[in-house]
This record gives sequence, C-alpha cells and structure tokens, in this order.
Amino acid sequence: MDAKMKRDLQKTACKVRMGVIEGTYNAKSGHPGGSLSIADTLTYLYFAKLNIDPKNPEMPDRDRFVLSKGHTAPALYATLARRGYFTEDELKSLRHIGAMLQGHPCIHTPGIDMSSGSLGQGISAACGMALAGKIDGKKYKVYSILGDGEIEEGQVWEAAMFAAHYKLDNLVAIVDNNGLQIDGKITDVCSPEPITDKFAAFGWHVITMNAHDFDDIERAFNEADTVKDKPVAIIQKSVKGKGVSFMEDQVSWHGSAPNKEQYDTAMAELKKQLNELED
Amino acid sequence: MADVIKKATRESYGEALRDLANEYKDLVVLDADLAAATKTGIFKKAYPERFFDCGIAEANMMGVAAGLAACGKIPFASTFAMFAAGRAFEIVRNSIGYPHLNVKIGATHAGISVGEDGATHQCNEDIALMRTIPGMTIINPCDDVEAKAAVKAVLDFNGPVYMRFGRLAVPVINDADTYRFELGKGVIMRDGSDVTIVATGLMVNEALEAAKTLEADGISARVVNIHTIKPLDKELICKCAKETGLIVTAEEHSVIGGLGSAVAETVTECCPVPVVKIGVNDEFGYSGPAVELLKQFGLSAENIADTVKKALNK
Repeated sequence: MDAKMKRDLQKTACKVRMGVIEGTYNAKSGHPGGSLSIADTLTYLYFAKLNIDPKNPEMPDRDRFVLSKGHTAPALYATLARRGYFTEDELKSLRHIGAMLQGHPCIHTPGIDMSSGSLGQGISAACGMALAGKIDGKKYKVYSILGDGEIEEGQVWEAAMFAAHYKLDNLVAIVDNNGLQIDGKITDVCSPEPITDKFAAFGWHVITMNAHDFDDIERAFNEADTVKDKPVAIIQKSVKGKGVSFMEDQVSWHGSAPNKEQYDTAMAELKKQLNELED
Repeated sequence: MADVIKKATRESYGEALRDLANEYKDLVVLDADLAAATKTGIFKKAYPERFFDCGIAEANMMGVAAGLAACGKIPFASTFAMFAAGRAFEIVRNSIGYPHLNVKIGATHAGISVGEDGATHQCNEDIALMRTIPGMTIINPCDDVEAKAAVKAVLDFNGPVYMRFGRLAVPVINDADTYRFELGKGVIMRDGSDVTIVATGLMVNEALEAAKTLEADGISARVVNIHTIKPLDKELICKCAKETGLIVTAEEHSVIGGLGSAVAETVTECCPVPVVKIGVNDEFGYSGPAVELLKQFGLSAENIADTVKKALNK
C-alpha cells in the first residue's frame, strides 16, 4: 500500500473512532470497546475494498456487509456516515427515540444490508447472501465481522459447516479477536480457542491479520480474493478500545459509554492522533 | 357415495413448490435433513439446483433464508413445526420478522397428529409463538386444495409467512376448480344461526361433520374456516359473534395462544359473546396413532358437537 493511501486510511479510521465516541457519548450507552477494535477493518472495507455506491445503497451487484457482532454498530454507523450514506449529525442521535440509528443495525438504515445484533445470526444471513450470489452467478462478495465471544454461539458453527459445504468462496468472515467479552477474557469465560484451528477444521481457508496495520489488512483481504472453493475466515488480532488509551484492553469498556470528562479526554487523544497524521 | 380422497397437506406443499417453480424463478427451497418427510423432496427431484439442504441446523437455515431473501430470492425454509417455530424462534423473530424479509416458512408435522413420534415432535405451540412476531402472516390450510392455493398466494405476497402443514392424510373438502384463496379472509363453509364453529386446519372437516350431526338435533351451526390466522379476518369473526351469539373454536393446537385465543381477543373487543375453545388443553401429547390421538384429545366432530350442545344447554 502506498504511503498516501495508508495515511488517508489512518486519518479516516481516526475520524471513525471519533464518531464512535461521539455516538456512544450522546447515547449515554452503547459499546465503544468492540467498536474501536474494528474501526480500521471497517475503514479499509468501506474506503478501499467494497464495491458499493453510497448514492445507490441498494445497487444489486454491490458487495454486502453484515455486522454479525451488531452491538458494535457505532463503528459501522460512523464509517457509513463518513462514506456518505447519511450525515455525521445522525451519530449524535444514536439510540435516541425516533432516531434512524438504532442500538443495533436495522436493515432499513441506508447502507445496512442486514438487521443484526442477536449474536450468531449475522453470519447465517451472510451465508444466504453468498449463496444467492452463487445461484445467480454474480461477482459480488459478502463480508461479515463476528466477535470472538460471539463465536461461542452454536449457530456460528452451523453456518461455518454450511458455508464450507456449499463452497462459498465469495464469503469472508472476519473474527475480531480482541480477547475480551462481557464477563471477562474469552479464555476465562468459556474459551472458543483455538479459533484458527476450529475454522480450519470446518473447512475454511484461515488467514490471520493484525487489525491495526493497514498493510497487513490489505495483505489479508488480497489473499482472501485468491481463495477458491472455500469460505475465508480472517482472524484479526485486535485491541479492544484501540485508539483511546484508557479504553484499550479494558473489558469495562465493552458496554459502557464515556461521561463528559472521558469524552473530552478521548476526543482530545483522537484529535492529537489526527493532527499527527496530518503533519 | 364415492370414497373421500385423503391427502396430507405436507404432500400438497411439496407438489405446489414443484408446480410453481417454473413460474416463480426466484423460488428456492431449503430443508434441514427432512426433505423426505416435509415433502420438499418432490421439489428437489424436479429442481435439484434450487434445493439446498442445510443439514440438521434449523437456526442457520432460517438465517440463510433471510440472507437469500435480502438478495431477492423467495426462500421456502422447511422443517417440522417444532423446529421451525420452536427451536428457531429467535432467528425467525430477529433475522426474518424484524427486517420483514420475504421468507416463507413451510412448517410440517404440526400438531398432535404427528402421532407415534410423541410429545417431543408434536408441536401445539407454533401458532402462539408465530402470532407474537409483528408482521408475521400465519396460514393453516385445511386440505390439499387450500394448501396448494396458499403456496401460490404467498408467492404473490411480499413478507414473511409461516405456513403450517400436517403429516396426516386428511379429506379433500374443497373443489379445486372453483376454490379461490384470499389471504386474510375467512370462509363461511356452511351457514347457520345458533352457533359459529370457527375452525382451522384439519379441524375444518371435523367442524363440518359436527354441523351435520347438530342439524339432525335441530341446531343450526355455521362453520367458518380460518386459513389465515394472522392477520385474522376480524370483520367476519365479529359478524358471526353478532349473528349467532356463540362461538366455538376448533384447532389442532394449544388452547393457549392459537386460533381460539385470537378469536376471543377479537370478540371481546367488538361483540363480547361466549367463546368456547377446543384444542389441546395445556398439556403435552404422547405416542399413538394420529387418528386415535385426535379423538383422545377431543379434536373430533363428536367433541365439537357435544361442546356446542353443552354451550347451548341442549
């Protein structure tokens, strides 16, 4: 990846992170930790990868995206807003009564391809979308991000079996491996490890990726494009709360919003990062 | 008199899918390792490239159906009622109902008439469960003719539909040449003035038989077939309440949350009259031949007639 593109993506990701903080602060609730851990991946997908048109969100041959870990909607909303699906002002009314931006993704929001948030369900819908593409001989691909805690849901493995059986090589599942879920470390709660081995055993092509390095993100998604006859699982090593120092790797930031002081501190940190990128 | 032709509505379902596939190019069929029993195998044989077995994984099947529908397909997701409405309830609610996707759920082996398999497979709760999902249409056809017509009707309708089919062969009571299916409309099968028997599914034929018995005893019973349980034909139900003053409901389903509940909820709002519910009385079933089980659980013409007489103090 050339330096300018990388710099642009880093700046965009930083703005997406600011959108996450803006949204959860104004909502006084939501899930900033897991939103921040997927901010770079979403930025890459929406600004460098997906074949989409924000002016025509229903474009039939578009690539699809399903946020299976739907509770991290603030990151997706911030990304969609930056990409031009709706205004960034919408982020301020996240989770408010009458707002377009619901607590978890809703299919009726521009840019949202599937309602999701009840864990384990998005990946099945993504399988259905990929299957539809296969039936019609379409070129589009389907991407879905799951949480590492989410894969404790049995439905995920039903979907994993299905995708491999039907050779859905137009499906890329990204597992956000930040290592934390509500009740603690995933390895303490009810460990889904070894994640890579499990997907490999289910017949998937498995790629590991550093979720906060755009060169590595590009490498992983490019590799995914070369895979034939198998679905692809990208296991991304990420940091929960990435980009906001006091949220990083802290399970307490899974599902709580920043107060005014924390909001100011977080925004100041992110602005500083942005300024450094713009120098 | 010619022998009554009997056919299971699951068979009608499989045949209708096959017969309509050419006309509806987006129709695809999913099953969860039960194609031989749900009769989607009939479709599979004719259109193998449009049939997708999901294995014994109903939750994923419902999600896959949602994804297919989101991409313009009309998926019929098929399994037993117990697993479609029971096991996969939350996926049906969140992945199909909430986004209001055009998924058709073909649930077979509903009710006590599953027979020998016993309580674990006799689903008497599916209508109740599905009724609670906003925007879900529920259809419970009474015979072969109605079942086939219903499959065609839901193909022309955009939105999630739960279709309930039976395992047991039941009499064909509608005339295929003249029958017209109207989604959401109840059908007066026989007029009467003393009572309205509101029935659904295989209980419609039992209700008609009961009405004959009652006629011999001087009781004039109206029989209404409710094939669409949601949205319910409230107008017709209220009209019947006003005109006959007594309603007896009959369904092969729990008396909690099904047709009887839906009718009672409606009548209390528009014209409060007594509603007596015939169904499975808040208990689990057990193994046995379907016809015998139906009798034991009071899902019979005889019990309908007796219940009407009792309600009329005759």
